[in-house]
Amino acid sequence: MPVLVQDPCRLLVQGLGRDGSFQAQRILEYGTNMVAAVHPNRGGTKFMDEVPYFETAIEAVAQTNANTGLVFVPAPFAMDAIIEQADAGISLIVCITEGVPVQDMMKAKAYLDRTDSRLLGPNCPGLIHPGERIKLGIIPGAAVTPGNVGVVSRSGTLTYEAVAQLGAVGMGQSTCVGIGGDPIPGTNFIDVLTEFRHDDETEAIVLIGEIGGTREQAAAQFIKENITKPVVATIAGQTAPPGKRMGHAGAIITGKAAQASEKNKALEAAGATVVESPAYIGEAMAGILG
Amino acid sequence: MNLHEYQAKQLFKEYGIPVLPWRIVESADEARQAADELGCPVIVKAQVHAGGRGKAGGVKFASTTDDAVDHASNMLGTRMVTHQTGPSGVPVNKVMITPAADIAHEYYLSIVMDGDEGAPAIIATREGGVEIEQIAEEHPEKIVRIIGDPLIGLLPYRARDAALALGFPASLIRPASALIASAYRIFTDKDCSLVEINPLIETEDGKLLAIDAKIGIEDDALFRHPDLRELHDPDQMDPLEREASEFDLAYVKLEGGRVGCMVNGAGLAMATMDITKWAGAEPANFLDIGGSADLDRIEHAFKIIVSDPDVEIILVNLFAGIARSDVVATGIINAAKDVGATTPVVAAMRGTNAEEGLQLLHESDMDITPAPDMASAAEVLRDKLASMGGSN
Repeated sequence: MPVLVQDPCRLLVQGLGRDGSFQAQRILEYGTNMVAAVHPNRGGTKFMDEVPYFETAIEAVAQTNANTGLVFVPAPFAMDAIIEQADAGISLIVCITEGVPVQDMMKAKAYLDRTDSRLLGPNCPGLIHPGERIKLGIIPGAAVTPGNVGVVSRSGTLTYEAVAQLGAVGMGQSTCVGIGGDPIPGTNFIDVLTEFRHDDETEAIVLIGEIGGTREQAAAQFIKENITKPVVATIAGQTAPPGKRMGHAGAIITGKAAQASEKNKALEAAGATVVESPAYIGEAMAGILG
Repeated sequence: MNLHEYQAKQLFKEYGIPVLPWRIVESADEARQAADELGCPVIVKAQVHAGGRGKAGGVKFASTTDDAVDHASNMLGTRMVTHQTGPSGVPVNKVMITPAADIAHEYYLSIVMDGDEGAPAIIATREGGVEIEQIAEEHPEKIVRIIGDPLIGLLPYRARDAALALGFPASLIRPASALIASAYRIFTDKDCSLVEINPLIETEDGKLLAIDAKIGIEDDALFRHPDLRELHDPDQMDPLEREASEFDLAYVKLEGGRVGCMVNGAGLAMATMDITKWAGAEPANFLDIGGSADLDRIEHAFKIIVSDPDVEIILVNLFAGIARSDVVATGIINAAKDVGATTPVVAAMRGTNAEEGLQLLHESDMDITPAPDMASAAEVLRDKLASMGGSN
């Protein structure tokens, strides 16, 4: 059973343009239970001759009991789609879209905090659970294998990197969660660590952070106080200069605490095994779990 | 996107934040006219997108019109190097002439987005005119930090809290609260990443004035601010970064490195930079070619890397999901052929069509060393660097 997701997962997808449709197809092929598609002028038709289209998210939830939502809509309209899904009563909303204005996210997060909905993302690869073949996002299904390592990461490509290395040393994954590279993510490291802590499937945790903000320090504090499962951690951006945005909107060193070295220190002090590059995640985890 | 001081001050004026009058000049003649009109003494200020301007000689006091003309002439047409620019600096194409003010006290005021709080934060201190980072480090108790509400904005009482905490005299609490509220409104109305007034001064005759103005607009929100987009000054960008931005490539030039990095994904790009250090050299750039990079963008990306004179060797690290390795390889080969590049390349390719990609590179005339993954790529790079000699 994947963390963060209601059982059984009933998925609604919104934002089925060219890229969204391509990804939704992969999601269906992987075996995810996609029950509804949302598009304002495709009501009554079907996506891939299989999944019914509804004009609004509220209508889709009323008709299908969808409890999980994916947002692929373009950045200028992402906040609207996120709040529409929350108003429809979706429990987990996963926003893949990159480039959502920070102040839109600020409002969406504050709005969602008043509801029972959780947002994962934006600017994230989503979540995948290879054991039950549930794919909520763009993490390639072929990259993951079922197992007992939980992965939580701010970076999409580094999630693939970690998963490939774990695979190479014969370790599969329970749930892989990309929390995204934006300054205001809907779901934080701590939220996912809380889930992994109580998740029987997860025996060990990989945490991939990067420069910017202080969420890794908060995660370190949480690990110190609450996590007894082994944690392998790495922080990308040790060579990044201050004040320059490294691709991700949130990856910018604005003060001492935002540096990789400070985050590494905090995680090490919390008892995590910190590797200096994501290239050594597999090796480190093999050393721990043997 | 950063605004120039004069553009930011224009916004301040529109929002009722008090600023002194100014003229923008591009020649000695214009400087003379401006200084005469405003009346000396005046301050001559280079309009550049870089902090540390004062220390670099970009802010000068002039007691006479002749002095003002001299200062302006010395600045115009030069490149200014500060601790925030690279060694090539940024061009001074415009200079501001503005009256000198009588300063009784200097404050610092800024609004930034606090990602951890999920709301804008007012960061301010009574100790203005100095590096805020330094004060935060040495005297954190002197920093006033007030968080706005993400949905309501900044309530008037919170602006008053800030003004009171900054220790303004009683007669200035009301205007200071109004000024703080205005700065906050600019931040939210214009999708700013930064609104900074350093210094915000109290004059000898008890008035408030914004002496400097710094505003950054969030790039992702520019689509809803076409008027602000027009204020963009591409001359202030690093030439390679400017070229990259035209092709929608996330590229950052890094000073002093000699390993060019070409990667897909921001996290992997940072990790690739980091691993060059492990291999014994500094990275020359950050470059994320993006998820669905097409041939054209890849060719331009490679050309930007090889056109950087600091680059002696290139590390390609690809974990192709949506992107295809063979397309990336073809782009690299085409670009290298086009510009006659002979720079050696270490390439790790995984994911979609990785074998085809590596095969294409192998069959080309380029100096390519393939590696099965990131850790081995770092080892290959280390050996190559050792055989090349040199240092950094």
